[in-house]
Amino acid sequence: MLHAFSFHRNGETEYFVFDCEKGSLYYADFPIFLLVKQLENKLTEEEKQSLNRLPSETVKDAREELNSILETESEKAEREKFEYKGKNTTVKALCLHICHDCNLCCEYCFASGGTYKTARQYMSEKTAKAAIDFLIANSGFRKNIEIDFFGGEPLLNFDVVKSAVDYGKKQAKAHNKVLTYTMTTNAVLLDKETIDFLNEEMDNVVISVDGRRDVHERVRKAVNNESTYDVILNNAKEFVKVRGSKRYYIRGTFTALNTDFAEDVKVLSDEGFHQISIEPVVLPKDHKLAIRDEQIPQILDEYERLANLYLDRFGTEKWFSFFHFLIDLENGPCLHKRLNGCGAGSEYLAILPNGDIYPCHQFAGEDGFLMGNVLDGRDFDREIQSRFASVNVTVKSECKDCFAKYTCSGGCAANAYHYEGDITKVYPTSCEMARKRLETALVLYAKEKDKK
Amino acid sequence: MKHLKAIVKDTIRRDGGCGECQSC
Repeated sequence: MLHAFSFHRNGETEYFVFDCEKGSLYYADFPIFLLVKQLENKLTEEEKQSLNRLPSETVKDAREELNSILETESEKAEREKFEYKGKNTTVKALCLHICHDCNLCCEYCFASGGTYKTARQYMSEKTAKAAIDFLIANSGFRKNIEIDFFGGEPLLNFDVVKSAVDYGKKQAKAHNKVLTYTMTTNAVLLDKETIDFLNEEMDNVVISVDGRRDVHERVRKAVNNESTYDVILNNAKEFVKVRGSKRYYIRGTFTALNTDFAEDVKVLSDEGFHQISIEPVVLPKDHKLAIRDEQIPQILDEYERLANLYLDRFGTEKWFSFFHFLIDLENGPCLHKRLNGCGAGSEYLAILPNGDIYPCHQFAGEDGFLMGNVLDGRDFDREIQSRFASVNVTVKSECKDCFAKYTCSGGCAANAYHYEGDITKVYPTSCEMARKRLETALVLYAKEKDKK
Repeated sequence: MKHLKAIVKDTIRRDGGCGECQSC
């Protein structure tokens, strides 16, 4: 399946062709760009006229060249021999809701101020240890297992985080497992002790900052409504100073009020952060911060503007990586993983402070998705697990002809459930952004490869 | 080729599936 797209920089336009079934990427000229768009049935009226105006010899020549990269019958037969192993139902990763409480009350929080619409709860040491035992007992053949400390704000329950990390290390060693930890924090409680601990123990740390001061303060408010921007920014800088080249992400959220989010990335880059991610908010359509359909074209343009900023700063002191522009075609995951996606509900589960098991943090407390409890010693709900395990790109009809299917893996099950009512559906707003981000990532991949 | 220049080719790996890579 071929896909043609263009990229605009400094007043010039470049054309690319991506073959998603083979994972091949080409620079293309304008005639090829038009011919591939014709194959995709995506020519605009203006492009149809451009194609008609091209000299017939040029079109003939380009078509012959294009035919040379089209999938042959034997290549197709070889591809169709692929046997998808399906999702594995041995558990690999847990999202540990160490605390359902928060010192911020962000307006767009899907967790309703960190409490997930329930009473404030802190996970006990006993429950944390039971969760680790559950992970190891259910991890089967897997050697590499993971725990993500999540909230609410996990640092509000720092003592239990510390004891869980210590217990997990001992249990992993005893069972010949490699256990890695990650954490998502709002950075309010970062100090020397927590910074040193997270730097030592966490494989990745995600720190929530939204970018520009006014953007951040408009939605990320302290419980007492005071500004937290300076505290968070300074704490994040202290952490990054200690962190060096190890993995972290300064992660923001953009909403309907800041679809010019490249400016937020620019501010974060100016502040000295190099590993940055900005995610689109996902909210009910009637929410004032929800992204509206008419804003999508503007958002897609903004990703291109961000890519130009990325190229401007590439190789300078202000270089940055952007999570959604990371792609590694030559050393990427195998097709099995690309079809599996995140593994929510099958190999990745969320454990709430009281030990309840849910398919992932986005399903926490959701009616009909409670899978059991790590404290009761019984097996968890395998029926729900198999329902999630059966959902992958190959069963989503909307993904069949999408060139991004092997990178987005069919999208987020929780978004599909909350906004389309069914985990086997896709969430169309995310689809458009995922396609644009892939195109942009491919362009940057080509540019970086050229520079090497 | 005159109209196309390959950047990378045939990078999708259909082997693998060991299940050890990370699970959002």
